[in-house]
Amino acid sequence: MTWDLFDAHEPPEPADRGAPKEKAVSNRVRPLTVAGVNALARGILESSYPPLWVAGEVTGWKRAPTGHCYFTLRDRTAQIRCVMFQSDVARLPMVPDEGMEVRALGTLTLYEQRGDFQLKVRTLEGEGVGGLWRVAFEKLRRRLEQEGVLAAERKRPIPRHPATVGVVTSPVGAALHDILEVLGKRAPWTEVVFSPARVQGEGAARDIARAIRLFARANVADVLIVGRGGGSTEDLWAFNEEQVARAIAASPIPVISAVGHEVDVTIADLVADVRAPTPSAAAERAVPDRTAILRELSAWDARLVRGLERRATVQRHRLEAMQEDMAAAFDWRLRETRTKLAALAGKLEALSPLAALRRGYSVVTDEAGHVLRSVTKFEPGARVNVRVQDGVVVCRVDSTESRDHEQ
Amino acid sequence: MSSEEQQGPSLEEMLRRLEHIVGKLEREDLDLERALALFEEGVSHIRSAQKILSVTELRVQRLLADREGPYLEDMPAERP
Repeated sequence: MTWDLFDAHEPPEPADRGAPKEKAVSNRVRPLTVAGVNALARGILESSYPPLWVAGEVTGWKRAPTGHCYFTLRDRTAQIRCVMFQSDVARLPMVPDEGMEVRALGTLTLYEQRGDFQLKVRTLEGEGVGGLWRVAFEKLRRRLEQEGVLAAERKRPIPRHPATVGVVTSPVGAALHDILEVLGKRAPWTEVVFSPARVQGEGAARDIARAIRLFARANVADVLIVGRGGGSTEDLWAFNEEQVARAIAASPIPVISAVGHEVDVTIADLVADVRAPTPSAAAERAVPDRTAILRELSAWDARLVRGLERRATVQRHRLEAMQEDMAAAFDWRLRETRTKLAALAGKLEALSPLAALRRGYSVVTDEAGHVLRSVTKFEPGARVNVRVQDGVVVCRVDSTESRDHEQ
Repeated sequence: MSSEEQQGPSLEEMLRRLEHIVGKLEREDLDLERALALFEEGVSHIRSAQKILSVTELRVQRLLADREGPYLEDMPAERP
């Protein structure tokens, strides 16, 4: 196929394939165009080797407006121009720093317009433990630390009894299932609001950050769980990206991070208010267990009853004391009244007709009890009652004499 | 948040109120009428809390957004 390029300008004679034999022949052959020879060289280069790993130091990293990046890989004695297309660059955790030692996987090629020999790089790794990922992680961590975003005093408390738990994770995958299972088991009265986000690959970080901000805008959750199940460093990378870190830090709703398995600490874990090692653990951290609340409720119940009883006892004692006071007051009044009464009785007695009777006077009444004050009321032969001090004398009227009559 | 919760106090609020009521009953010198009123309020919170706890089915909603802003839609309980 490489040789087809010759057909573009002149079909070579079959015998001429390989090397020209004589100078004289060159007069007859039309020269190749520059484009033609570059295309030829490119073809040779690209078909010569499979993709190669090349170690070197990165220098002169430049991003073109198209997003493609150009740089040079060099070692002590040589250098090679490199190109990395935008879609490949997007998968890197970070752009390598000037002078960084890397390993690049790429194919040899030629940039035809310039005739530049170059390595078309598909991926880049930092040398050393964790490579570029580690470096990118540390860089962002340091920056956030300096800004105070990771400070312990920024951590907000998780409400003890959230009415609504927000979840940001992938709609597919085990994380959501695990979280719902734990929430359903421990606190099924809890409302769950789920905002789906891709959690790996291109656009994942943007998705996650957007979902976190959506919760803030909708204001529908008391606590957020943000996470995914375990995976490779590359799989978890979205949780190490700055936009996710910023979204968590800016969230007015406290965030529990739940990324992967226990060994992987991500930037999201560091920024979150609480870090849970797994999605299930995050769900456990988010809600209390039913039995724990029931225990708490019965404790409140007992204390309420005791509290009221205590109040009632205090009141009863007060009431009893008041009763005693009242009784004492009443007693005193009673005694006073009695004394007064006795005095009055003495006075009364002095005025009483009974006293007159005791002095020897008597009262005469007729049989109906009418007091007979005049001789005209007495009928001779009638029965009258004479009341004396110690009883009644029943008498019969013999005769009457009027004092007026005498005169 | 569900409509029921928007009407009444949340579990968190009820438990906080309970704590407050018990504290008052235990520490403050209240007249009996006030103590009784607090006691009754406390008991009603315990009842409502127990009612909330009696829910057995987790309700899951999806939070999405369109041009008008965020909105919620019910998510059927899937049991994979």
